[in-house]
Amino acid sequence: MKFSGKHALGILAALLLVAGVVKLAVSDDYSGRGQQMMAGDKEAEEVKVRRAQPSNPEWLEECSACHIAYPPRFLPAESWREIMVGLGDHFGSDASLDVKTAGEISAFLEQNARRRKTTPDASGKYPLRITDSRWFRREHARAASRVKDDPKLRNLANCGACHMQAESGSFSEHDVRYPF
Amino acid sequence: MSRVFVSLVFAMVTGMAAQPAVAETPAEVLAIFKAEAVGTPGFKDFSAVRGAEFFKNKHGGEWSCASCHTDDPAAQGKHAKSDKLIKPLAPSANPERFTEMKKVEKWYKRNCNDVLDRECTAQEKGDVLTYLLTIGK
Repeated sequence: MKFSGKHALGILAALLLVAGVVKLAVSDDYSGRGQQMMAGDKEAEEVKVRRAQPSNPEWLEECSACHIAYPPRFLPAESWREIMVGLGDHFGSDASLDVKTAGEISAFLEQNARRRKTTPDASGKYPLRITDSRWFRREHARAASRVKDDPKLRNLANCGACHMQAESGSFSEHDVRYPF
Repeated sequence: MSRVFVSLVFAMVTGMAAQPAVAETPAEVLAIFKAEAVGTPGFKDFSAVRGAEFFKNKHGGEWSCASCHTDDPAAQGKHAKSDKLIKPLAPSANPERFTEMKKVEKWYKRNCNDVLDRECTAQEKGDVLTYLLTIGK
């Protein structure tokens, strides 16, 4: 096959197209902000990304009795371990479970816990409240000040007040509706 | 002919087995509490009036049963801390209530600890259930 200018143009176009597709595929820049992403933003974007939600029937039934079943990815395994050991006094309420069910739920939580490194505080403690996590506070700085002034909202533990799909484990920004 | 008969019986049995299993009825749960309470000192026949009073009393603490389940157990309740909605407690309003002893014991244990800082006695559990069974009747 004779190599001609026409072919060269076609090959160049194809190469550019492939390069563009490859760039899109490897980019994790969902917001289009590109190089302007700051240090905490990648984490924030991660939180917003929809992904397949791990689930477990015991966890769903037992842990959504009094609040939404908070997704295991919101806390590190160390935190879940401490929570599961202290169910008799679970933030002021008795949430005790039989040993077998507790074991199954613990395993599920630890297997699907937050994998990004969480630094414990100065005394070596891991956050027990999701609302005390650094990533959470970063994400909810603005919401926190609005919630404080609203008698109906009380605190940020009730995800469903703003996150319309919280019960299905999705916290995408697209599904947020502010009640204030 | 016998093959048809066997198949029919098989189908019947599997059909019955496929029903959702209701472990107990509220009446059976009440009978279990009665059997436990009868031997204890000071036992009195279960009373809806005593159960109602027990249900609405804060027992010296912050919460009563009614704090979450409301003064009308046939109504939807709300968790006093998390605001999570709670389905009605009275069996007349919610046929799933008191049909699984494991669940009944779990919630009595937790909620009596929250309200009274101790477990409820079989007498108390029986009084409360007797009261709940009068709701909506």
